[in-house]
Order: sequence, then structure tokens, then C-alpha cells
Amino acid sequence: MIKIIRNFIKRIFHQIFQGKKHIRLGLYGPPNAGKTTLANRISLDWLGEEVGKVSKVPHETREIMVKEKIIIESKEGKKISFNLVDTPGIATKIDYEDFLKFKMNKKDAKKRAKEATKGVIEAIKWLDNMDAVIVVLDSTLNPYSQVNLTIIGNLAAREIPVLVVANKIDLKKSKIKKVENAFPQYDVVGVSAEKGHNIEEFYESLFRVVK
Amino acid sequence: MLTLQFLPYHEMSSLSAASKINKILNLVKENKIVLMEGRLEPLEETDLIQRTMEGISKSFKGIELCTIYPEAKNEKLMKKAIRNMFNKILGNRQGLTVIGPATIIKEIKKDPNKIQLLTNNRAMRKRRRKK
Repeated sequence: MIKIIRNFIKRIFHQIFQGKKHIRLGLYGPPNAGKTTLANRISLDWLGEEVGKVSKVPHETREIMVKEKIIIESKEGKKISFNLVDTPGIATKIDYEDFLKFKMNKKDAKKRAKEATKGVIEAIKWLDNMDAVIVVLDSTLNPYSQVNLTIIGNLAAREIPVLVVANKIDLKKSKIKKVENAFPQYDVVGVSAEKGHNIEEFYESLFRVVK
Repeated sequence: MLTLQFLPYHEMSSLSAASKINKILNLVKENKIVLMEGRLEPLEETDLIQRTMEGISKSFKGIELCTIYPEAKNEKLMKKAIRNMFNKILGNRQGLTVIGPATIIKEIKKDPNKIQLLTNNRAMRKRRRKK
């Protein structure tokens, strides 16, 4: 409760005295939803450089990565300036044996699992520092997973503006409607961060959420 | 054999967030599946995930968690306000939360108002053999 009030006061103070010229925009979601792929897409589009490495092995991003001073511009000439914060995927379980399936040796898998648990803790701690959040979900999977609901519930409790991105729309199994039905109170935009499908609409939605 | 432990609302409502999480995690670490009346607050849920991550070890791989919370669609504003007021006064005991060890529960599938628990048969067999 104290956290919510503190965050709310901080945001009001920030809005009054500094204006919303420069914000901290977080990328949150479960592992392998495509957060870093989307971060790379945004950063490549506006800065010409990538944020981090992507992989099919879950928990590739195990540390918070920040790309500073990205300025995006809408068709109407509106601008948003932000620090893009790519966070490790949030999970409720981490088993090193899951990494062995990706032909990783036991020692590396154990190391990765240990780093991944720390990454989840860091990602949760950073929730308090966000001005707006893009929740990246894999649109080929069931959106009602508890991790998704917990992340979005937390952002709602902290009154942080949220844009839900249903990623991987280029895949046959993708079901954006299901994501929209799961989170009817939020702006949901379907994209393929990897292929760049629907990225223009994503930026327009971002302008609507981060006013 | 699976053990289900029920945690009624009156048993949890008087506890602090930290005590609730301790209680849940202690039961889950004993390989019990916890059925909790009501739900955790969103911030308590993230605290639970954080504490789970801090406790990951050779024998504890994490948790599976799922909450069913009936929310009436197209509910009128007045009705919703009254329901919220009652929840504030009497406590929100609506919904059910299922929390279990990841070694036993492989996956919890939730489709708004239905929960399917998929258990890890290999882990169950291992436990049986140990006994």
C-alpha cells in the first residue's frame, strides 16, 4: 500500500514539475515472449543499434538492460523521449534441467538458472521505477497464465499505464482475439517484433498510452 | 499420493503479507498443493514470486500458481460499487488460489473459470519410490 502511494505521489510530482518529457518505459512479460526482440526493433528503428542478444533458450536476458534517450515521433509530429528498460522474463519456476533440452551442459545450465532467478527478482524490483510499461505476450500461448495476470495486476495496482503487445502474429497459432478477451480494459496491439509486422500501429498505440 | 491443504479465508486474513507468503511457501516446500480461499493482493503475488526465486534450490524448483476470480461481465457500475464496498468491509473472500510445487505440478491451465492441473508423473513416481 505504501509503495503504491509513494509511486503515485512521485508520478504526480514528476508530471507537475518536470512534465512528461522523458520517461522510463519498461518491457515486461514472461520468458521467451519477445521482449528483447521488440526492444531491438524499437532501438534499431530510432537509434540504429540493438539492445541485447536474443535466443530460443528461455531466460536469455538475465539482467536489466537500459537503452537511454530514445526519441520516437508520431505522424502528427508528437514526440516521446524515453529510456527503454528491457527486463528479464518473469517466471514462478526455474529448473536448470529445462536448459539441458537445448543442448547446454550441466554446469552452464545451472549457472543460467541461478542468474535467471536473480533476474526475476531484479525485474520485480524495477517495477517501482517505471512510468509506463509494455507487457509483451506470446500470442500463440494461453494469455490467462498467472504470470501475465500478476504482472498486469501489479501495474494496475501501481497505476502505471500499460500497453499489451501480442507478439508473434506471424505464426499460424497466433490468437490476438484471445489476448484481447483476456485483457479487455487495456490497449492490445498485435505485432511481429521479429518480422516487423504492424510496428507502425504499435508506435501509434504507444502514443495513446503514454500521453 | 497428492496432498491438498485448504487455507480458509479466516486463517489468512489476519496474517501480514510476509506471514501469508511464509505459510504458503512452507506448505509448498512440503510438497503440498495449497488451495486458498480468496486471493493474494497483486503486490503480495509479486512478493511471493520474489521469495520463491530467492528459495530456488536443488530440491525446490519453484511454484505453479493460479487464481480463479469470478468477475461478472457487463456488471452495472452501482452493483460493482456495492460489491466492492462489501468486500472492503467483510474482506474479499471471492475466488480460489491454487499454489503447488513445480516439481509436482507441471502446468496449470486456466481458461477463465476452469482450472486444469497437469501433474509431473516422473516426479510423483520418484517420490513414491523414495517412500
